[in-house]
Amino acid sequence: MRITQGTFSFLPELTDTEIRAQVDYALEQGWAIGVEYTDDPHPRNFYWDMWGNPMFDLRDAAGAMTEVTACRKAHPQTYIRVNAFDSTRGFETTRLSFIVNRPTNEPGFLLRRNEVGGRAIQYTIESYATNNKPEGSRY
Amino acid sequence: MTHAAANGLTGADGAAAGSPGADAVPVAPAAPAAADSVSADRVNLSALLADSHVNEVLDELDTELIGLKPVKARIRDIAALLLVERARKQLGLVGGSPSLHMSFTGNPGTGKTTVALRMAQILHRLGYVRKGHLVAVTRDDLVGQYIGHTAPKTKEILKKAMGGVLFIDEAYYLYRPENERDYGQEAIEILLQVMENQRDDLVVIVAGYKDRMDTFFRSNPGLSSRIAHHLDFPDYAPEELEEIAQRMVHGMQYRLSPSGVAALQEYIPLRMQQPHFANARSIRNALDRARLRQANRLFAQQGRSLTRDELMTLEGEDLRLSRMFA
Repeated sequence: MRITQGTFSFLPELTDTEIRAQVDYALEQGWAIGVEYTDDPHPRNFYWDMWGNPMFDLRDAAGAMTEVTACRKAHPQTYIRVNAFDSTRGFETTRLSFIVNRPTNEPGFLLRRNEVGGRAIQYTIESYATNNKPEGSRY
Repeated sequence: MTHAAANGLTGADGAAAGSPGADAVPVAPAAPAAADSVSADRVNLSALLADSHVNEVLDELDTELIGLKPVKARIRDIAALLLVERARKQLGLVGGSPSLHMSFTGNPGTGKTTVALRMAQILHRLGYVRKGHLVAVTRDDLVGQYIGHTAPKTKEILKKAMGGVLFIDEAYYLYRPENERDYGQEAIEILLQVMENQRDDLVVIVAGYKDRMDTFFRSNPGLSSRIAHHLDFPDYAPEELEEIAQRMVHGMQYRLSPSGVAALQEYIPLRMQQPHFANARSIRNALDRARLRQANRLFAQQGRSLTRDELMTLEGEDLRLSRMFA
């Protein structure tokens, strides 16, 4: 099951040229670029691991692309995303975030039905990939 | 012009390239030859030149910077090379982009930083660098203070400079032979790697005084061999310095009275013999001190109103109070 998180996630995978164009757009807006990765695809997992520091003061996408490439090389079987952070007062948040790398095999999620008092059911999802395995040994 | 002209580094239309002009390509048969068959084997250099607006920058360079004849000639050479390279690209001739890392050597105050700034503009106009900004750094910005600090620091600067020009002032400080544990060497190695592998992404200009740069290059042959252009900035002649002084005075909205000009002409040769003479920078300092003395002189005449003319004019006495004349 292909994970759809962030911008462009219903489109086919972005090529490097397209990623570069998006990063260039973000830099034109004055946003800082950060690269993050994780092997926990749960949609509520907001805190991905940072790959290096966020890159302020970049002028060209080449700098961010070297980091994306380096991160892919170090963690080929993880999800990697590019975040563009807007520091303008009032926003101070991520304005653009998209996935640039994903594991070859994405097994999807298990829906657990937990029967609680009476006929009520609690639903929860759990990734088959995590499957009680610790971080770093999932994909 | 072919439609791949803009700055197409990657010929996306390579598949449709079975044009008759392809016989001009000896190496790669599937090279992206110009798809427009009409101009497939012809390119107009003057149109390219007008298109790039590089002449404006070159003319500005000629009018705004005094002297520096060999440097200007070399910059024109480089501009011509890039223009021809661009024309070749339009015809599908791929020779790999030329290496444009440079070294600027010369005495203090000969305009190395100023020229570097212009260089970034020129390279941008010619489409060699994408953004055309200049990141000026010294040893402090590249070399860390403890183990493991240097590499991220250098990489950060390199990332900032990508798409533009990285100007390393007084580059010889990067290499300190007297301390074999110095982290400068690490910075040089990272620099070399990027200079070699990411030539399309940034241009590195190292600058410094001639003699110390020479020893620096001798002890780092890898760096020296990756720098294609060595530009030597000559010292200014007294007349050139006078012209520079006039420009500076004009730029600060002052003017020199006839006695001021005479004093300046006497001052320059005297200053040139002083030990730490720094060409245009010394002249700037001298003018700043003259402004100080002019302000003092005007202040001493309190009680009467000053005309615009008086406020603008630097008299001979303002310069002659310098210790050079003592």
